[in-house]
Amino acid sequence: MNKKFCVAVISMVLTGLLLGGCAESPASVSSAPDTLTVFNYGEYMDPDVIEMFTKETGIKIKYEEAVTPEEMYTKYKAGAIQYDLLCTSDYMLKRLIEEGELQEVDFSSFEYKDNIGDKYWEFSKAFDPDNKYTLPYFWGTIGILYDTTKVKEPVHSWDVLFNGEYAGDIIMQNSVRDAFMITEKYLGYSLNTTDKEEIQNTYDTLLKQKPDVEAYLVDEARDEVVAGNAAMAVVYSGEAYLGHEFNENLAYVIPDEGSNVWLDSWGITKNCANKEAASKFLDFLCRDDVALKNFEYIYYLTPNETVKGQLDEELQNDKTLFPDDKETENCEVCTLTDPETNTLLNDLWKELKAN
Amino acid sequence: MVDKLTDFISRFYVAIIAVFLYAPIAVLIVLSFNKSRSRVVWEGFTLDWYISLIHNRQIQSALMTTLALAFLSAFISLIIGTAAALGISSMKRRSHRTMMVLTNIPMLNADIVTGIALMLWMIQFMPLGFNSVLLSHITFNIPYVILAVLPKVKMMNLSIYNAGRDLGAGPLRAFFMLILPQLKDGMLSGFFMAFTMSMDDFVITYFTKGAGVNTLSTMIYGEIRKGIKPEMYALSTIIFTVVFGVLLVANGNTIGTKERKRGYE
Amino acid sequence: MDKYLNKRKNLAYPYVVWSVGFTVIPLIVILRYALLDRTGAFTLSNILAIVDPVNLKALIFSLEIAGGCTLICILLAYPLVLALKRLNFGGRRSTIFILILPMWMNFILKLLAWQMILSSNGILNLVLSRMGIGSIDISNTYISIMIGVVYDYLPYMVLPLYDAVSAIDDDIIEAAEDLGAKKLTVFGRIIFPLSIPGLMSGITMVFVPSMTSFVTADILGGGKLQLVGNIIEQEFIQSMDWNMGAGLSVALMIFVLISMAFTVEKHEQSDRQEETAW
Repeated sequence: MNKKFCVAVISMVLTGLLLGGCAESPASVSSAPDTLTVFNYGEYMDPDVIEMFTKETGIKIKYEEAVTPEEMYTKYKAGAIQYDLLCTSDYMLKRLIEEGELQEVDFSSFEYKDNIGDKYWEFSKAFDPDNKYTLPYFWGTIGILYDTTKVKEPVHSWDVLFNGEYAGDIIMQNSVRDAFMITEKYLGYSLNTTDKEEIQNTYDTLLKQKPDVEAYLVDEARDEVVAGNAAMAVVYSGEAYLGHEFNENLAYVIPDEGSNVWLDSWGITKNCANKEAASKFLDFLCRDDVALKNFEYIYYLTPNETVKGQLDEELQNDKTLFPDDKETENCEVCTLTDPETNTLLNDLWKELKAN
Repeated sequence: MVDKLTDFISRFYVAIIAVFLYAPIAVLIVLSFNKSRSRVVWEGFTLDWYISLIHNRQIQSALMTTLALAFLSAFISLIIGTAAALGISSMKRRSHRTMMVLTNIPMLNADIVTGIALMLWMIQFMPLGFNSVLLSHITFNIPYVILAVLPKVKMMNLSIYNAGRDLGAGPLRAFFMLILPQLKDGMLSGFFMAFTMSMDDFVITYFTKGAGVNTLSTMIYGEIRKGIKPEMYALSTIIFTVVFGVLLVANGNTIGTKERKRGYE
Repeated sequence: MDKYLNKRKNLAYPYVVWSVGFTVIPLIVILRYALLDRTGAFTLSNILAIVDPVNLKALIFSLEIAGGCTLICILLAYPLVLALKRLNFGGRRSTIFILILPMWMNFILKLLAWQMILSSNGILNLVLSRMGIGSIDISNTYISIMIGVVYDYLPYMVLPLYDAVSAIDDDIIEAAEDLGAKKLTVFGRIIFPLSIPGLMSGITMVFVPSMTSFVTADILGGGKLQLVGNIIEQEFIQSMDWNMGAGLSVALMIFVLISMAFTVEKHEQSDRQEETAW
């Protein structure tokens, strides 16, 4: 009797749990009318902004974070959660638009749309040709962050990463896209190249460079240079500003060969039931004070032109935060969505790591 | 003399392992008092992060979710896992082996595979939320409980139980009085391992959680690209200090009881 | 001898139900992905991809790391367990707490802390150079990955071993010593055989997860070395090739199950020998 009793008790607990699980409010699947489910990169919005929005409009926000665009895509596509709004990177937005995952947004109804500079609507056209689907949020470049006490000559070219002079002192980005893109630029190719021979050459260059690389890092690249563990690292421009804050001897450069200029933008998913609320949220993000709050939280480059005027003079003159148009002249937006090239790049990346 | 030397070597060895285990914790504690937001620059002492922690509702709710998950999943796994260990040990060879393979599967899969598979399966019949994470945590916790309890079950002395029953104890009473005490060490290890696994996991949690559900792990994972917020170090320090304090108090008690027991003997 | 407990195996039923619901069915989901290609046709190529040179290299490296980690954990754990049993300070509950407490700190934070300790300008080198030993450069190598995985999994070896060893009756050991047995003999003939069930649990909990600990490899190895876990992760997330990722995962599972079948076989043989010996 003893064992049967136990079996019965435990089975009951289990069933209870299972049923409890099923009975949970179905609201978490299909968003209630006054709730938006928002998907964004980690630490990419001031939490106060979300609270402000709820207070002003009564619309609640369910906020989800991811680290990479691929991770976002995986979770989005699995359909486990019905996202209403998502913020992701240029090439991923292109893919989502191509797959029909985003709905058109009526930007003409936006009150603060004009706060976003024309330049950035132009950038957007690389992946959203008619500016119908996406709203620019933050942007930046990829460049070299280096320690001026270790690197005496000012850096102008990607060559410092590849000429062997700083062997063992180089941090590369641990991401197939970033590593290939900058090397393609170094070799004078387009970073959206689909030419097999060019890609093979790029791979060979990276392979030759590998012994000189101290580490392939994503998140800690900036800290390693700040701490003096490496002389230079390939980083995003936003990291460069913070790096300089922590260590005055650091400098950031976009090499003359050109680089990648990236744009993170918002889109409304095709499943979003409450488009009005979603549009309201996007418009809210463009508002002067909200854009300033987010800028001061993230310190990436902002496409919102009202922000600069609200800052101290010192920040206004910071070339890392507000680069001249000249600096991004040779830069390209990544719009590579060709599956065949992607597979090739991923396979080569795996091979690079294995060697 | 030899005994004293052995004692000394033993202490020395334990101390070295303790340094190894606690070195990174010491780093975290130091970082929690660092004025700089960067972990690699020391800008002087501050308590700011502790103060801003008090006002940070996101971290607090993530902490609550984490603890609730860890406690519930460890407790439920403990019940199911201990029962399973008792059952498995009495099985014939073939079913015994099948059960052990079944137990190993959640550990064999890379987390990401388990996470995605559980996500794909669970969205068939339930919305993702807190409960779905709880179910997945129990799933990967049970094997740890079984593996911790099973060795104890194998070493268990059943004649005590049989003698108890012969002397007229009811099955439940005999079970709780005569079997469980023999297993309690293994159960305690299993519970703590399960609790720990649950606190640490982020890949499986990430894929099985619903929007807006955050644990400390998923939160830290989200922060990793922009740099860990110092509040996290402060929180780690607080957790460490609290648990350590509790340990000291409990430690005093156990020494007390042990001496009393000796007195009886 | 199971006069009263002959139906004990019923106790495993809740677990069986749970396993079917949350382990076996998701496993079938994975198997389905593993056995299909992108167009949905049956294929074994995803599973066989494990012998592709790049993947095989990662598998072998994982075996080296996992094997090395398990061995180091065993070598560190036995003396520790014996020392703890000998000293018996504060009783077993606090001993467990001492081991468990560091594990309650988030593991990403701990890995970042290890990175700070091991890096070329790091804390370890600072201490070493103060002591006049000079500096060592082990950051971003397999050594730092090894330190990371040993750190992560050592408690999982120590706990079951400690449970097993602390349950050994002191009288047996004393009796053997009284009869003139040397310490090594006591260990080899009494402590080690009696601790085998705990050791087996420990090995499983250390060896298997350390093969796929890709975050440790990425943060402490500088992304230059990849475990099979890194490859599976890349297939799932970066390449979005779930079929390939699932295939490699299944191949890994088959591989580990086969190697475990051997150890279990041996273990059971030794179990039987023990029974006859008693």
